[in-house]
Amino acid sequence: MRYVDEFRDPGLITKASEEIGRLVDPARHYRIMEVCGGHTHAIYRFGLKDILPQNLELIHGPGCPVCVLPMGRIDDGLTIAREPNRIFAAFGDMMRVPGAKGSPLEHKARGVDVRIVYSPADALEIARKNPDKEVMFFAIGFETTAPSTALTLMSAKKQGIQNFSVFCNHVTIVPAIRAILDSPDMRLDGFIGPGHVSTVIGCRPYEWIAKSEGKPVVTSGFEPLDLLQSIVMLLKQLNAREAKVENQYKRVVPWEGNRAALNAMAEVFELRPYFEWRGLGFISQSALRIRDTYSAWDAERRYSVPETRVADPKSAQCGEVLKGVLKPAQCKLFGKECTPEHPIGALMVSSEGSCAAYYNYEHRKSLVTTISAVA
Amino acid sequence: MCLAIPGKIVEIAEGQNEVGVVEVTGVRRKVQLGLLSEDMPVKGDWVLIHVGFAMSKISEWDAAEQMRLLALLGEVDQAMEEVRGYGGEETRSETSGVSQAWPRLNH
Repeated sequence: MRYVDEFRDPGLITKASEEIGRLVDPARHYRIMEVCGGHTHAIYRFGLKDILPQNLELIHGPGCPVCVLPMGRIDDGLTIAREPNRIFAAFGDMMRVPGAKGSPLEHKARGVDVRIVYSPADALEIARKNPDKEVMFFAIGFETTAPSTALTLMSAKKQGIQNFSVFCNHVTIVPAIRAILDSPDMRLDGFIGPGHVSTVIGCRPYEWIAKSEGKPVVTSGFEPLDLLQSIVMLLKQLNAREAKVENQYKRVVPWEGNRAALNAMAEVFELRPYFEWRGLGFISQSALRIRDTYSAWDAERRYSVPETRVADPKSAQCGEVLKGVLKPAQCKLFGKECTPEHPIGALMVSSEGSCAAYYNYEHRKSLVTTISAVA
Repeated sequence: MCLAIPGKIVEIAEGQNEVGVVEVTGVRRKVQLGLLSEDMPVKGDWVLIHVGFAMSKISEWDAAEQMRLLALLGEVDQAMEEVRGYGGEETRSETSGVSQAWPRLNH
């Protein structure tokens, strides 16, 4: 294990991994999905795969907001931004995501006013400082980010800032989990539940997974020890033939979530009847749109939206990777046409995308091994 | 984007609703506190920040652990770039000097 000596307490790591070794039934193959992209990144970065038993497979879930956004939404947002006197504001993660007519960064190079912001509140501030321009914040993210967008829209309304709008792509995690459980080619034994999404929504929204689907869920922190402890908790449930929701990340995740954040979301957003997810297709009630009471700040109502639909390149297998059916390296383009330097699919852009994580830690490592074997 | 950054509340803006100043390893920036309106932090509290909004109150110990985690993930530079970017400012002048609010681990 490459990074084990950097860990806070290598002794505890060793203990947890030994416990996992004792708990797994060698005759069984375990498939556990980590839902959150932050977990995927941590798992690769820490090389946890190397200390887990061979028959315990971690499947990377859909919890990377940049990765699940269909390309057409980026094109729609950029089409609006191309008009004169517009400012397109988005998080840095979005900047290199390819649209059919180029990424936001490429649009910036062509003269479109594209700004990186680190907070939706800063996009509103840009609007306040540029009253002669129309500022559109291209909002992405799960329930971790949606409350911040909601509070920003509430401020815009309260302050009467009219030259500001939000192009809302916020999605919700639970319907995506349901879609994955419903897909026929997927067999999963349990879930490592998201960390920061759960600080907002709490643990109750996962209870149906345990009750109706019979799969255990453990919300987890991001440290190596957190992830290993969560796997221990899942294995104990599986061995006892139990399925319940447990909270490993108690130091940050309250069981009932964050009421102020949930209230802000409920004030500003409502569920869309359906929304397209990259790789997963249309999922009903899986995304948020802006309520009528905030329609003046809704970019989709303020501007005409072309509703572009762009199919992913046929050779790229982002959908299968996103659903966990294929491992990143099994995609035909992986590491060849598609690399973090020249991404074709969004999974290769974001550090939370499983392709980028796999490329940066596993693929590069294997290249080094190959080179040293030759030398 | 799933990064959460630990910071110490060093100021609560007077008169302004739900805005405070956090310090993250010597860099001070404005953050929104509206998501903690049911349990408002006070000066000296530690919080986890996500896209410029404080989203959870945490202990100083957990703040230190979160900073260690960011270091282990190789994401301290990215996190600090984000913090410096809050408020749309891109100054780099305050990075030097001894950190006033580096969380301490009291074993």
